[in-house]
Amino acid sequence: MSATTDAAVRRPGTAAPAAAGRGLLRRRRARLLLLLLLVLVAAAAALSVAVGSRGIGPGAVWQALTDPGARTEETVIIRELRVPRTAVGLMAGLSLGVAGALAQGHTRNPLGDPGLLGVTAGASLGVVLAIHLLGVGTPAGYVWFAFAGALVGTVLVFTLGSAGRGGASPVTLALAGAALSALFYALVRAVLVSDTDSLDAFRFWVVGSLAGRGPDVAWQVAPFVAAGLVLALLNAPALDLLGLGDDVARGLGQRVWPARLVGLGAVTLLCGAATAACGPIAFVGLVVPHVVRAFTGPAHRWLVPGSGLLGAALLLLADVVGRVVARPGELQVGIVLALLGAPFFIALIRRRRLAAT
Amino acid sequence: MTLDAVTSTRPRDGTVRLAAESVSLAYDDRVVVRDLDLQLADGSFTAIVGPNGCGKSTLLRALGRLLRPVSGQVLLDGRAIARTPTREVARVLGLLPQTPVAPEGLTVGDLVARGRHPHQSWLRQWSRDDEAAVAEALVWTDMADLADRPVDELSGGQRQRAWISMALAQGTDLLLLDEPTTYLDLSHQIDVLELVARLHAERGRTVVVVLHDLNLAARYAQRLVAMDGGALVASGSPHEVLTEQLLAEVFDLEARVVPDPVVGSPMVVPVRRIR
Repeated sequence: MSATTDAAVRRPGTAAPAAAGRGLLRRRRARLLLLLLLVLVAAAAALSVAVGSRGIGPGAVWQALTDPGARTEETVIIRELRVPRTAVGLMAGLSLGVAGALAQGHTRNPLGDPGLLGVTAGASLGVVLAIHLLGVGTPAGYVWFAFAGALVGTVLVFTLGSAGRGGASPVTLALAGAALSALFYALVRAVLVSDTDSLDAFRFWVVGSLAGRGPDVAWQVAPFVAAGLVLALLNAPALDLLGLGDDVARGLGQRVWPARLVGLGAVTLLCGAATAACGPIAFVGLVVPHVVRAFTGPAHRWLVPGSGLLGAALLLLADVVGRVVARPGELQVGIVLALLGAPFFIALIRRRRLAAT
Repeated sequence: MTLDAVTSTRPRDGTVRLAAESVSLAYDDRVVVRDLDLQLADGSFTAIVGPNGCGKSTLLRALGRLLRPVSGQVLLDGRAIARTPTREVARVLGLLPQTPVAPEGLTVGDLVARGRHPHQSWLRQWSRDDEAAVAEALVWTDMADLADRPVDELSGGQRQRAWISMALAQGTDLLLLDEPTTYLDLSHQIDVLELVARLHAERGRTVVVVLHDLNLAARYAQRLVAMDGGALVASGSPHEVLTEQLLAEVFDLEARVVPDPVVGSPMVVPVRRIR
């Protein structure tokens, strides 16, 4: 026994720097990844402003961005169509990526995406009712109804999920979310079946698109995205503890219930804002955290921002592709994402780079 | 942080660190533990034993503040644990639930580092002390070489060591373990219990462990607490508690109790189940 103790006393001096070195290496790798993703987002945003159904030269693009006095048809297109559209895409991508990472963390479910928590279904119901009952017909008009629906959806899911013994657990949250989503979608279909005009307006929203999203939509959702991102970053350390199980998290001094509330609040704000702005886009929230996790490991302080950045880059790039492939029309970003993303995701799974949450 | 800082500096004068005062515990309407009193002294090593469903794990959850009693209270250092902030409790009392699961891909080093959470705050993030405590916990549990390995790729025995290493890095005086030997083969059960015994003997930890194996409980713990049907039926040294009469009454087991040939603690040799 004394031999082991002596060894234990002697060894920390040599082992501590080694462990520190390894930790440093991991942190450096994660920082590098975030930096690369930042560059990717900037490039995607630049492409999104520069490329569209109408060919505009780089000179005109630059002039539109730097010279407020210039008012040609081209500069107006850049400023009033492409820049707001890019801003909405950026915010939606950030939101969906971050919300996906949070949702997977809180439900401890690798298939978790914000839709699992009732946000998307609630937003869909809100929009359908707005179209059907009030005759709302523009993206900017949908925003508040989508938001209200998203909020009602999550509040119900959280209330139902917390009702049983032990409060909101990953399992009860996921089950409540699945059940309420089914109910909301049934109501959505009930309205659409009876009202073809609503169906016609709704089908362009439900596919998920950035087309026609102007400055009004961007400004409507911006404060919610900002608030959601702040909450999400505050929530990240707690998620690392919740990942060890609720009992261990409590044992390490983490208050579980408030952490779940903050996390779910962030998911509602982010996913609600993204869905309100461009309709339900499922793929980003599900897949992006898995891809980022393959590089960063399960530490949420890297996973959450990384997922946001990759989500933004992915959404913007998919939108650019959608504008280019179907000129002079365009393919909606939700469709492009699924068409391009699904094979990519399958390839990742086959390479076994993906880990569960 | 040096070895001394992690080691408990409290004197072992037998003061009560953790106590249950006429505690009743229930899940929904089902009462599992009724009106139970228990006192755990500083520096003690206690094993809670009893048949399946006797409420021993439930009692441990209440002692660790994971379950709020429906009546009575749990006192930590004389203070009602339910009214003590979670983080404050976590600096004094560490706990490991039965077969905890780490997220896929989480490395041993990162798991152990999470043990430092109660010592961190927004103002005081990861520090040199934390780094030293983690490195030391890894060395002490013989996990330093595996620090970069994902926990889910380890063997059962190594995995349990990793979790104990996390609890060690937490640096608490008290440690509650719920069946730490579940699913381990005998040599790894011994390995884990030796480690826990060293935490007690060399690091001054006050240990409470729920154990199924009576012979191992008798060998490693100083004190046995036997439970049956949600009540405490016997408490004392292994010799006092592990009697043929108690085995018959509590475990429905006809058995001989003989001295363990290695250390002399009472050893149960089962004969047959009493119907």
